[in-house]
Amino acid sequence: MPELTLEGVRATVPPGTTVLAALQNAGLSPLRHSLSGGARGALCGMGSCYECRAVVDGLTVRSCLTPVREGQDVWRLEVNCDG
Amino acid sequence: MTAEWEAVVVGAGPAGLMAALTAAQGGLRVLLLDAQPAAGGQIWRGAAAGQRGKAGELLRGVASHAGITVLSGAEVIAAEAGGQSHTLTVSAEAGLSHIHAARVILATGATERFLPFDGWTLPGVVGAGGLQAMSKGGLDLRGVRVVVAGSGPLLLAVAAGLRQKGARVLAVAEQAGLPGVAAFGVAAARLPGKAREALELAAGLRGIPYWTDAALVRANGDGQLQSVTLRRGRREITLACDFLAVGFGLVPETRVAALLGCPVTDAGAVNVNAWQATGVSGIYAAGEVCGIGGVDGALLEGLVAGCAASGQIERLHDSPRRAETQRRFQATLERSFALRPDRLPSPSPATIVCRCEDVRHGQLQGFTNWTAAKLQTRCGMGACQGRVCGPACQTLYGWRFGGVRAPLAPLPLSQLLAEPNTLSPP
Ligand SMILES: Cc1cc2nc3c(=O)[nH]c(=O)nc-3n(C[C@H](O)[C@H](O)[C@H](O)COP(=O)(O)OP(=O)(O)OC[C@H]3O[C@@H](n4cnc5c(N)ncnc54)[C@H](O)[C@@H]3O)c2cc1C
Ligand code: FES
Repeated sequence: MPELTLEGVRATVPPGTTVLAALQNAGLSPLRHSLSGGARGALCGMGSCYECRAVVDGLTVRSCLTPVREGQDVWRLEVNCDG
Repeated sequence: MTAEWEAVVVGAGPAGLMAALTAAQGGLRVLLLDAQPAAGGQIWRGAAAGQRGKAGELLRGVASHAGITVLSGAEVIAAEAGGQSHTLTVSAEAGLSHIHAARVILATGATERFLPFDGWTLPGVVGAGGLQAMSKGGLDLRGVRVVVAGSGPLLLAVAAGLRQKGARVLAVAEQAGLPGVAAFGVAAARLPGKAREALELAAGLRGIPYWTDAALVRANGDGQLQSVTLRRGRREITLACDFLAVGFGLVPETRVAALLGCPVTDAGAVNVNAWQATGVSGIYAAGEVCGIGGVDGALLEGLVAGCAASGQIERLHDSPRRAETQRRFQATLERSFALRPDRLPSPSPATIVCRCEDVRHGQLQGFTNWTAAKLQTRCGMGACQGRVCGPACQTLYGWRFGGVRAPLAPLPLSQLLAEPNTLSPP
């Protein structure tokens, strides 16, 4: 089972899981804040709404389209990756 | 430019899998692309080639056919029709690549229609098909309270699916009226081979309240969904829940088709003839991109498109009859779940309509068309490029969304700067 880091905390998740599900199962909500400051979470689950964006290994991706992989470093958009 | 590929199929759902396999059986060298991490499309998300039934059979057939190359995690972000050779630009983890193909089969499926209401931007408010997709992607729903609302048969499939994953489905709230829903139920159970499936679905839903004529009023919560308020008749009901899974039917995903110049119908689906050919030479379309009709219609259209693209007309002897049955079913589906303005959620002036740019209903009401609204308010100009608010504005204001432009997805800088390579057959 892949082991990844969710905002600095190690997590082991079953293969075939999306990064979105890993974030959701870890209770990391909201995923981002909107321009006017509203809390937001994933909406469509299929790659069209862009609400689920997260930073995976330094790149901003749609987490619902991104499968988990061994060693990934995952952060929510506004959480400071530099600690 | 010469066409390296004899056929490219965009979308690996039921329609695309069937089209790719059929075209390859007809002797074509086929590339099958999908933006998702694995083949299967919406209904067969997470399905494995080893499993029984149609999904496993098709996934095995496609994986083992030497004439098919499958590329997952590959999103078509630009497309240009060009007589003998069409060009698609694909964004994948490895970067951008160009694909030149003599024939293109579009099987891009559909997305959910979301309508704005107070509280719909709260985390916890998700698509109905969206929650199903998240659950198939590993979201743990055991013991989680879910209200399913909106419209269409997908709500029922989703309610049954979520419950099977351990969710407590508190209610399914459908805007359509009982007579329409009943007519649909009869039509669905009468489809060849469907009676058993209908019974199984009914069993999967046993004990879940199904409210027709129900309107969604608002989602409540502070920073996270806490409850949902629905209206039945004159009575408002508030249900405490963890997720509101909401969708108002499906909308054909026609953006690649639009870039290729394929004409669409008034209903917003790609226009095809009896051979699934679009108005552009060498370009075919199959499945829900041509109209919402479920998995059986998608499979049939995939077969027809694959045969037509590879010249296997003899395989199509009974398809006109099956297509007619399917068309009748689709018409009943549309009638039964037609959206009724008095049952749809009504946004207040402060309700956000465009989630990317935080544009509110009150800012949009004064405009008469999409272009004017976009220029003045940035509605539809954010990351999703109108994929969520486009269909919403069509339903709310009657605007037709016309803003499809390449690239269809925002690209990382690294991809914009690198020279795309050309993807050739093995
Ligand atoms: C979110 C969602 C969940 C659903 N869940 C269910 C369910 O659980 N049960 C059920 O009976 N029905 C479900 N449906 C209905 C389902 O759409 C149909 O039953 C059926 O899957 C349609 O088949 P299709 O082949 O036409 O399209 P789809 O299965 O939708 O496949 C289309 C494929 O095209 C791909 N695609 C689209 N655009 C691009 C692009 N630019 N580049 C690359 N690839 C692209 C998509 O990633 C997708 O995989 C769902 C629909 C949606 C929208
Ligand atoms: S949840 Fe909509 S793009 Fe991922």
